[in-house]
Amino acid sequence: MLSEKGVKMIMNKLQKKILIVLLCLCIITPIGILLPAFFNAGDAWGEWSAQTVKELVGYVPKGLEKYSDVWKAPLTDYTVKSNDKSMVHQSGYYIVSGIFGATVTYVVMLLISRLIIKNGK
Amino acid sequence: MFYQTDYSYIYGFSVSNIDISDFLKVIMHIPDGYLSPQTYIPLIGIFVGVAAVSVKKVKKEVSARDIPYLGMAAAFSFIIMMFNLPVPGGTTGHAVGSAVIAILFGPWAATIAVSVALIIQALIFGDGGITAIGANCFNMAVFMSFVAYYIFKLLGKRSAGNKRIFFSAFISGYLSLVMTSILAAVEFGIQPLIASDNYGKALYCPYDLSIAIPAMAIEHLLIFGIIEGIITAIIVSYFLRNEPGLIYAFRKGGKNDNE
Repeated sequence: MLSEKGVKMIMNKLQKKILIVLLCLCIITPIGILLPAFFNAGDAWGEWSAQTVKELVGYVPKGLEKYSDVWKAPLTDYTVKSNDKSMVHQSGYYIVSGIFGATVTYVVMLLISRLIIKNGK
Repeated sequence: MFYQTDYSYIYGFSVSNIDISDFLKVIMHIPDGYLSPQTYIPLIGIFVGVAAVSVKKVKKEVSARDIPYLGMAAAFSFIIMMFNLPVPGGTTGHAVGSAVIAILFGPWAATIAVSVALIIQALIFGDGGITAIGANCFNMAVFMSFVAYYIFKLLGKRSAGNKRIFFSAFISGYLSLVMTSILAAVEFGIQPLIASDNYGKALYCPYDLSIAIPAMAIEHLLIFGIIEGIITAIIVSYFLRNEPGLIYAFRKGGKNDNE
């Protein structure tokens, strides 16, 4: 019984450690917007906006135009103000989006896992 | 030809005259409008089928004490995909995290965990299209997890020693991301063939296979695959030293059968 308790404590420690690492990762996520900005990188290949595609191939594919605005996400591109030019502000929005999104993902996954694994050991 | 054109165009962007949102698009998160219905509908069907099987398998294979890890795994995948890195030529990409999750918790659990991350990215953050959810989940959650898991199983035996396992985990992350990028490129590249109007103009993604595959594969072969590989190798090695009993790939079968 004692050993079982011991195992549990180690597990909790490891889980705490992982959570701390995840939080640290959230805080440094702005690397994911600052580095591309620094190197003048644009969109990922194949993920251009309809306008960019028009400039690339000379026309906007009809289906692409039709579908491109099918969904308006509340926090599109992990920011609250996409027209805010300040990289400092954008970094802040990015961190908040990261923490919020990761938390939602964590909770949803926990709930789903609990629903699936009801009577495990 | 377009390959040349688009790169020179994007290369000419300057930070000041481009909307911030243009930096934040992530490779392999296929947006709405790039896949035709005859592509995205079957992929939704396949994904739903695999997800249903995953639920059954996870119920059988994963024990309740691992539930917190699954939550953290999904969150990890969410966060790691936010680290966009630039590549020469002016675009960006990122690691996915499916490989390490599949090795540690099994490809079925990884399928569910990464899908949760991808669906939340699409719904809340507009990263990846709504119509393309089936495609994105199939590529990054299902396909990548299984490819990574079986490559690791093939190369890394529990008895092989830490160095060999580190190497196997690296190869697993590297190859699975590269193959997933090629799969996404194929989905892009077949669009002009299967969905064009009467004038031969593409209705959806306008680039064919000869353009899409090299563009996606080269970036992942040279940069993002290596990053995925390093992340996979480091985390698998950490668990091997600290919590080896947890590693799904080293279990024989049931949830309590440690090797």
